[in-house]
Amino acid sequence: MTTAEKRIGAAANFVDERIGAAGWVKKSLNKVFPDHWSFMLGEVCMYSFIILLLSGTFLTLWFDPSQRDVIYEGVYEPLKGLKMSAAYASTLDISFEVRGGLLMRQIHHWAANIFMAAIVAHLLRVFFTGAFRKPREFNWILGIILVTLGLVEGLFGYSLPDDLLSGTGLRITSAIIQAIPLVGTYISFFLFGGAFPGVGFIPRIFTLHVLLIPGIFLAVITIHVMLVWYQKHTQFPGPGKTEKNVVGHPILPVYMAKAGGFFFIVFGVIAFISAVASINPIWLYGPYTPGQISAGSQPDWYMGWLDGLVRMAPPLETHAFGHTVSWNILIPALIVPGILFTGMALYPFIESWITGDKREHHLLDRPRNVPNRTALGVMSITFVMVALINGGNDIFATAFSLSINQIMWFSRIAIFVLPPLSFVITKRLCLSLQRADRDLVLHGKETGRLVRMPSGEFVEVHEPISAEKRWILTSHEQPVALEIEQIDARGVKRPGALKNKLRMRLSKAHAVAVPKVTAADLKEIEHH
Amino acid sequence: MSTVSNEIESFEDPGTPAHVARAADLNPRSEKRAEQQVAILFALSGLGSLLLIYSYVFVADDIFIFIPVMGDQNAHQLGLGIGMAMSLFFLGMAAIHWAKTLMPETEVVNHRHEFRSSNEDREEFVKTVKDGVAGVQLGRRKLIKRSLAVSMGLFALPPVLLLRDLGPLPKKQLETTSWKAGTRLVTDPGNRPILASDLEVGAVVQTLPAIAEGEERLLSDIAKDPVLLIRLRPEDFQLTPEKLAMTHEGIIAFSKICSHMGCAVALYEQQTKHLLCPCHQSTFDVTRGAKVIFGPAARPLPQLDITVDAEGYLVARAPFNESVGPSYWERNSQ
Repeated sequence: MTTAEKRIGAAANFVDERIGAAGWVKKSLNKVFPDHWSFMLGEVCMYSFIILLLSGTFLTLWFDPSQRDVIYEGVYEPLKGLKMSAAYASTLDISFEVRGGLLMRQIHHWAANIFMAAIVAHLLRVFFTGAFRKPREFNWILGIILVTLGLVEGLFGYSLPDDLLSGTGLRITSAIIQAIPLVGTYISFFLFGGAFPGVGFIPRIFTLHVLLIPGIFLAVITIHVMLVWYQKHTQFPGPGKTEKNVVGHPILPVYMAKAGGFFFIVFGVIAFISAVASINPIWLYGPYTPGQISAGSQPDWYMGWLDGLVRMAPPLETHAFGHTVSWNILIPALIVPGILFTGMALYPFIESWITGDKREHHLLDRPRNVPNRTALGVMSITFVMVALINGGNDIFATAFSLSINQIMWFSRIAIFVLPPLSFVITKRLCLSLQRADRDLVLHGKETGRLVRMPSGEFVEVHEPISAEKRWILTSHEQPVALEIEQIDARGVKRPGALKNKLRMRLSKAHAVAVPKVTAADLKEIEHH
Repeated sequence: MSTVSNEIESFEDPGTPAHVARAADLNPRSEKRAEQQVAILFALSGLGSLLLIYSYVFVADDIFIFIPVMGDQNAHQLGLGIGMAMSLFFLGMAAIHWAKTLMPETEVVNHRHEFRSSNEDREEFVKTVKDGVAGVQLGRRKLIKRSLAVSMGLFALPPVLLLRDLGPLPKKQLETTSWKAGTRLVTDPGNRPILASDLEVGAVVQTLPAIAEGEERLLSDIAKDPVLLIRLRPEDFQLTPEKLAMTHEGIIAFSKICSHMGCAVALYEQQTKHLLCPCHQSTFDVTRGAKVIFGPAARPLPQLDITVDAEGYLVARAPFNESVGPSYWERNSQ
């Protein structure tokens, strides 16, 4: 035994004699992780979160979260002698006087954008492949909690520097809070410590941004990852892969080295972007004052779609009995996102209600094989994209020489027309792809070789596909529409007829599919 | 309820594909090459760290270098960033290249088990819980049950109450501004009073209420007080008599705080005489008393009643007759 082995052995012995770790750690180290590029999306989320913790901690060492007035005396000439909040002044100092401070600020902001983008990509991957199905519904809901927290954390984060742009964002936030019936005004006064902009908001959201929300994040991410670990990862269908097994690489050493290496790559890429691409240059905006604004005020992209919805809302307010209800704010900023996020959280249960499928699923779906779900996903993306485009309508207007009114009217109509249209198109595309799969299995792939038959006719030679490929294209289950007896054995109509009818209708729509090829079909065609 | 088609005759699973050995597994030269590649990647990472240290210590922050495509770049910032990016990125690349070319990569199959506990476990669990609950005797002890409910209800109140001092109550704060009858309109910035005769047709001035010498404006006042002065030809107005009476020789004054979400309505278009809010593009027609002609705002901008004082300076004849800024529940908008 080498000295190194002896030392490690002694340390391991020390731990094991106290907590008996060898047993379960050994089991964990044999854990198998399936390989697929899309499984890295969740990793990007986790790694950018760690990068956010590291870079954020660096920033707190200099940032002064206070709305106290100071006169700027730093090195940035254009703002010298101006009155501003200590928060803004210290952000300028981090940018100009702390070496590496600007880099860290940009890393923090870029990492936040990449964090949110990775969350969305990860969420879409999980949705389109059906990874949220039983037994993983808990993890789906935890994911929805994480993306919601991410929105709030991001908003608080870019509000902290107290520049003209972020202050405008807070002005809008306070207006949304004020619009809540009955309690809105009070909540706004309590949160801001008085009439907007108050004196308390920056220090308060600082505490939420650096302590409370990251704490919740850390807890939820830990449970999220532990559940993945405990329930084992899903896998894509393929030869040798079943609902009862998991095929992949063990955690030690390959997976560990790859995952660890990937963390540094994500960090490296974010550092590179931050080195060459400026983000949120707060010194150009100036300190916040409610009487001013700069044209082209834009939130970060993950809030942009909400802003787009607010922009396209019709001018609706109800004035009655001495009270005002601002539908133009409540609907786009609170009600629609509320419905969207609740619907997302409940989707696993809605789908299993429609299909009547209560079994465990560990093999992922190919999106084309579940046309309804895929179409619903594309429909939601279309909705958010239209909203996002409208959120940047002023930018698009200047970039493409359009009028804001044209883009706004386009969005107002498109938000109702394009999502259903994209649903129909996606569903048809899925069915076409199923048909293409069917043809491929039945007739093999085209080789491009033309052969002239003795009769003079030309035919293209088709080559049968491999058994592996055929398995991937045919191993999925095809759903069957639910049949619910509306009348029971004694001839009495069952209760809940309307609900059952709806369920059967949805189930039928969900079960639409091109029949997949069976071995019998293939045999039959070979006879010809 | 069966939900899945029973297949008549499905294909057979061909099973996990055979392992394909990598070049480095078979050829010692490939193995050697892979090892060298990993070492080079580690070395590049080290170079990055050195670049960062060099830029931090030796490169002044006022040196700019020309980089094609990117233009003039600050050498200090760029050195720090590129150094850091290199040291991280190549570290990761080295680890992954090492894993992919040299570490054993045989695929392993693990088995899954249904998550549902065995029936015995479930029954035992239910029994334990039931026994435990029975031991609490809540069903029998009505007095304890009721007092518990009352105390839990009261228990929830203090945490909410403890947050009460976060801020003052709104009271009349959202309904009032600093404008009073006779308050002079002064330029922002500059704090100079404005002679009505100095404003030409087409002029736009941002104003605030005059304050005493040495007094400081609160940000919460700046969030409500800004007023835009615009001078048009009197015949351009299409106003009700009351609103027309609030103007002064073609000069009209509106709150600059958007009636939608409180942004500063800062864009004025001379040609069309429209005011546009850059936040959500609510558009107000100045000639028609800031009527909303486009966008999400539901109310016109509040108009300030103005006149001139004895010296010819513009003053407010009366405070705003409605709340400025975004709507809220208690606002009486009728």
